[in-house]
Amino acid sequence: MSRAHGRPETRTRVAIAYCGDVAKVRLDSITKIFDSVVAVEDVSLDVGDHDFMILLGPSGCGKSTLLRIIAGLEEPTEGDVYIGDVKVNEIEPKLRDVAMVFQSYALYPHKTVRANIEFPLKVRGAPKAERAAEAAKAAESLGLTEYLDRKPGQLSGGQRQRVALARAIVRRPAVFCMDEPLSNLDAKLRSETRAELVALHRRLASTFIYVTHDQVEAMTMGTRVAVMSRGELQQVGTPQDVYSKPATVFVAEFIGTPPMNIFPVGMLDESGYLVGIRPEHVLVDSASPVRAHVDVVEHLGHETLINCRLGDTRVMVRLGGDEVAPCVGDDIGLITPVNHRHHFDATTQRRVDE
Amino acid sequence: MATSTARRTSRAHTSIGIDHVPRGWRMVGRYVVLGVVAFLVLFPVYTTVIAALKPGSKVLDHPLLPGSFTLQVFRDAWTEGRLGRYLWNSTVVAVVVTTCQLVTSLISAYAFAFLRFPLKTFFFGLFLATLLVPIETTLVINRRTVDSLGWLNSYQGLAVPFLATAFGTFLMRQVFLQIPKELREAGQMDGLGHWGFLTEVAIPLVRPTLGALALFSFLSSWNQYLWPNLITTEENMNTVQTGLRLLNASVPDIERFNVPIAGTVIAALPIAIVLMVFQRQLVRGLTAGAVKG
Repeated sequence: MSRAHGRPETRTRVAIAYCGDVAKVRLDSITKIFDSVVAVEDVSLDVGDHDFMILLGPSGCGKSTLLRIIAGLEEPTEGDVYIGDVKVNEIEPKLRDVAMVFQSYALYPHKTVRANIEFPLKVRGAPKAERAAEAAKAAESLGLTEYLDRKPGQLSGGQRQRVALARAIVRRPAVFCMDEPLSNLDAKLRSETRAELVALHRRLASTFIYVTHDQVEAMTMGTRVAVMSRGELQQVGTPQDVYSKPATVFVAEFIGTPPMNIFPVGMLDESGYLVGIRPEHVLVDSASPVRAHVDVVEHLGHETLINCRLGDTRVMVRLGGDEVAPCVGDDIGLITPVNHRHHFDATTQRRVDE
Repeated sequence: MATSTARRTSRAHTSIGIDHVPRGWRMVGRYVVLGVVAFLVLFPVYTTVIAALKPGSKVLDHPLLPGSFTLQVFRDAWTEGRLGRYLWNSTVVAVVVTTCQLVTSLISAYAFAFLRFPLKTFFFGLFLATLLVPIETTLVINRRTVDSLGWLNSYQGLAVPFLATAFGTFLMRQVFLQIPKELREAGQMDGLGHWGFLTEVAIPLVRPTLGALALFSFLSSWNQYLWPNLITTEENMNTVQTGLRLLNASVPDIERFNVPIAGTVIAALPIAIVLMVFQRQLVRGLTAGAVKG
């Protein structure tokens, strides 16, 4: 199923011939302005061949807009988009060799599952036999064979979602764009499908660009994560990097449940910076002179979350399920180990590594 | 106490409506109303058909009762009224007008629904504004235009002024707007151009409404009277509606006054058949979009 075996007639129709690292995507200083609203501001991003890149951020942060710019559904106001080594700003979506899976699946309701999956090939003029074979293969790989003759309206959400994936796979695109494809599924199906997508990525050896606001999806699926806020790129890195070395206060607070505790300048040390520390790194020690008042204790079985107050600052502490938890109203001593502290500049909100 | 008051109030409310009437009686009432309406609609049709089936001399004997039966009057109407020719003319015009109205409505509605272009709202307003202009005000100027083109007594003259309709554009635009934006975008990703999206996705999705529009176009073209009257002077180019007028004028004999009546029955038959065939389509089209999904 490697892209090198892509259908030749499709390739000849494509106006651009990618070479080298086929599925590399590069964004160069992309800005997108709708009327006067800046949706994306000066974003530069390199997505490597075979990356599973997650665009992560709260709603309205510009991640979907960025994805649509890559797919060609929106034009950037400024900046350039490269796929492979080709600048694709002026190239229509259908010629970019990019497939898109929409949040609402966007299946053609009047066509059968088979016709939906075959459709991109039909539009490209592939012969009927080849279309049928490719569709059958894609359907089989996603467990859709028995539904081929149904209409999308007769399928469950999860099945529709897989049809949408099959329709993307059948084209063997260089790049898969996915816009929150799991958000309409229930929790159980979502976690199953996460695993399927990771397997799919490995099997297809294509580049995936995946938009989500769900950090669990980002951490579990992505090979790299790009965190966005208010149209700006905050940090790009592996899920582990983003978690353990957040580049900004926003990333520190957005990634991780519960989020990182941020202490005001001068509260924990004399560094002159904001200090961040993850809830699991805060220790409870009755001998500590740093005293906090416990407001809420949440027993989750495998862990216990303690929500307490240190002066005016809220502090979350995460204890193991078998540790002895304090009670609401207790005064407890906290230790914030120096090696787990993160420092951020109070003005720029950016990480300071000493 | 409060609850019982509320209950009493709600009972008082329902007694204002017809909820307290037993279900059986409600059904009876419904059927009586429907029966009366059906009678009002069907009675003229009945008397017309009855009159046309009797020999002319017997028409006035018992006007409301079927009497001696003959098809001679229909034969007379067909030959004397040249209805074969006129039906053909009407069919040609109605088919051309309907086909072209569908095509122009679809294309213009597509532009207004899916394309981005400058002054879109303005142009759409302009389209709609033409709906406000009564057809009578444009008759004279249109006739002059058709005359100057040498199209009097021609199919072009009969059909061309009606090839595009603001109503059709409006109707189709409204249903196109209900197509989710993602479908258009999925089409773009799959490689569909505008034409491909229109034919492969948009038209199949709006087929019921399109069927209804086709029926409306066909009916209104078929029933045209004023315009064909204005631009046809040659007998050959009459449509069935203007032909009926000629037939009426050509039978001064009171004994044979049911010949034009038979003519109207013949003229109405194609419409009745079309309506019966497309009835389901029409009802679906009129209610399309009323219910989500």
